[in-house]
Amino acid sequence: MIELQHIQKSFDHGKSYAVKDTSFTVERGELLGLIGESGSGKTTTLKMINRLEEPSHGSILVNGSNVLERNPEELRRNIGYVFQGIGLFPHYTIAENVAAVPNLLGWDSERIHRRCREILDLVGLPFDEYGDRSSTQLSGGQQQRVGVARALAAEPEVMLMDEPFGALDPITRAQLQEEFKRLQRELKLTVIMVTHDMTEALLMADRIAVMKEGEVLQIGTPRELLNSPEHDYVRDIVEMPKRRADRLETLMREP
Amino acid sequence: MNDNLREQLLLLPAYFQGHLVLTLISLSLGIAISIPLGIWAAQSPSVKRPLLVVVSIIQTFPSIAILALVVALLGGQIGLVPAITALVLYCMLPIVRNTVTGLETVSADVMEAARGIGMSSGQILRRVKIPLALPVIIAGIRTAAVWTVGLATLSTLVGATSFGNYIFTGLQTRNLVSVTVGSLAAAIMAVAVDGIIGGIQWLTENRNVNPPSEKYKRVKFAVIVGILAGFSISAYSLLPKPAADFIVGGKTFTEQYIIAGLLTAELEDVGFRVDQRLGLGTEVVYEATANGSIDIYLEYSGTIWANRMNEEGNPGREAVRLAAADFVAEVDGMVSIGALGFQNLYALAMRKDRAQELGIATIEDLIPIADTLVAGGDLEFFGRPEWITLRDTYNIDFAQKLTFDPSLMYTAVDERQVDLISGYTSDGRIAAYDLQLIEDNRNAILPYDGMLLASAKAARNPLFMDTVRALVNRVSDDAMREANKLVDVDGRTISDAVDYLRSVIRQ
Ligand SMILES: Nc1ncnc2c1ncn2[C@@H]1O[C@H](COP(=O)(O)OP(=O)(O)OP(=O)(O)O)[C@@H](O)[C@H]1O
Ligand SMILES: [Mg+2]
Repeated sequence: MIELQHIQKSFDHGKSYAVKDTSFTVERGELLGLIGESGSGKTTTLKMINRLEEPSHGSILVNGSNVLERNPEELRRNIGYVFQGIGLFPHYTIAENVAAVPNLLGWDSERIHRRCREILDLVGLPFDEYGDRSSTQLSGGQQQRVGVARALAAEPEVMLMDEPFGALDPITRAQLQEEFKRLQRELKLTVIMVTHDMTEALLMADRIAVMKEGEVLQIGTPRELLNSPEHDYVRDIVEMPKRRADRLETLMREP
Repeated sequence: MNDNLREQLLLLPAYFQGHLVLTLISLSLGIAISIPLGIWAAQSPSVKRPLLVVVSIIQTFPSIAILALVVALLGGQIGLVPAITALVLYCMLPIVRNTVTGLETVSADVMEAARGIGMSSGQILRRVKIPLALPVIIAGIRTAAVWTVGLATLSTLVGATSFGNYIFTGLQTRNLVSVTVGSLAAAIMAVAVDGIIGGIQWLTENRNVNPPSEKYKRVKFAVIVGILAGFSISAYSLLPKPAADFIVGGKTFTEQYIIAGLLTAELEDVGFRVDQRLGLGTEVVYEATANGSIDIYLEYSGTIWANRMNEEGNPGREAVRLAAADFVAEVDGMVSIGALGFQNLYALAMRKDRAQELGIATIEDLIPIADTLVAGGDLEFFGRPEWITLRDTYNIDFAQKLTFDPSLMYTAVDERQVDLISGYTSDGRIAAYDLQLIEDNRNAILPYDGMLLASAKAARNPLFMDTVRALVNRVSDDAMREANKLVDVDGRTISDAVDYLRSVIRQ
């Protein structure tokens, strides 16, 4: 469970706020989609949860304990994080990248090996073919998949994912979305997933939070957002997939 | 193969080892000091600027000045310690700078991921930043290594054996074969070291290519062989060798090399193991003998009188020599063995035809025309008390005073680039260039008796004392001038000149 209580974040000593008085709760086993335009404070919000940034005000609880009272390294090792910039270690092989967190946690090598195999197969990069490759020899989409695998490797209960599928082709993307959703349900993972893709949010998220200029405008199930948007911006963004589908339909019908 | 080349090549193993050991130790220490400093600087901006400024300033000092300063700071100690200290100071800049740059250029995304998955700052440094910065750090080490190999040649000046021994001996004794062998050897070593470190750099850059290419395997093999060879040669040379019983010192000119060779040969003949530290500055060799790093060398009575005792008058040859002998014993605890018999006096010299043309036989004759003449001096003459006294005694000064390397000074007067020079009475080139010595009829110039100074420790050995005392008063002006001429003019080797002197002494 992740609880944000009146979180604010300013990078310039209070002149402006990247995140303004934000509170929400993600229940255990829930996947929250975080959507909003560029610069609206999505990444900043995620980073405060695993203390890559410290909030200026407010407190954050993960599984009931205040993150500010936990050792930051220990906290981060127990939260899977998919970075917006991917950030694979270029001097590590793919398997070593995936094994990074289990290594930090001191797993034995047998267990690490088994886990790497399992998780690389899951993201569609079979261990035998890819495990020994350098991460610099991968395409952008492949790198992103390794980033997801790295975040999942240590079997975290809480995952923070910053545009995890952005660089993937539509087919792989759909596969991975489904695969991940299945896994998340099965393991009851608590997930916050930042995305720019409303379709992805609608299909994967249990609830969606819409951010704009550092504020959460509305938070609710996909149905709630579609049926009763509280802001024009929310309506625009939520209806986007439907509007596009309509346009496609019109296109197909034209002679 | 000619004798000269063979003689030089016989010296190669010793000089090679000396040079390699200097380079490896200095570079290892330089790396051991600079990388932690660079890491520290990369972590804290308040350290970074001052540190980079300091190492850059060290770099702008002329290398000879660094050597001189280090020797002075170490209380006149010579040999490996000051040489290595100076080389370490010198090689720090590229390593520190590249370490800082390498660490700072690790991509922000990678750094964020390292923090975000829960690495501690120590783990980030060890597992991410240093490995990623490694190629850049190694490039810095590579630059430092090539500089160190080159600069190690200067270590000769403070009594550490290196390829510089070839170069400085060769320059002073006009032995081009020696200079060439030394320069080539240093260049080849620089290329080899550059190649090995370049290989390591390439390996670190390509370590992630899977599976390793054929080239990768070959480079790895070559690098390992090169490193093993370098270390085993230096390990071999560090094996405890029978220590030398005595160390013969010498300054930077032909006569000094010849007398050092003579002392070495005589001492070896009676069964001692002897090492040489040649090509040293006057101050350095004097201090080193006083503190026992050197056991014996040839000094001149006038040098002690004027430079050490700061005396100004000229009480005559005998009195100066006795006063100098007393002084070295009382003030610096050395033992004067006695004078060899010849003097190496500063004397003004001119081409014979030029002297005739101007009607000059004595320095007094120079007085009316001195301010129209160009004079050449060796590197120290115009700064020495002798010149000041000469100038004041005769009240003369020259239109221009140029300084030369001693060997080039004679060519300059011969080719009429200068009118007169400050020569030395024992110099074979006086005769060879058919120069006329201008008489010092007012006895302004100090006597310069060649005398042997020994360390207190060496002087306690009776056989040593008997051996070197047997040389006292056995080397006449003529004999010394002839020996010098063999080398400086006839292009013979130092050992030829030593053989010649020994044959004269044996007569
Ligand atoms: N380290 C920082 N220092 C100063 N300002 C920052 C920093 N990080 C983010 N910001 C600012 O905070 C605001 C929110 O940034 P954030 O990265 O959270 O946006 P985002 O919603 O993730 O955008 P995007 O969709 O483009 O990734 C932006 O205006 C950004 O310029
Ligand atoms: Mg972002």
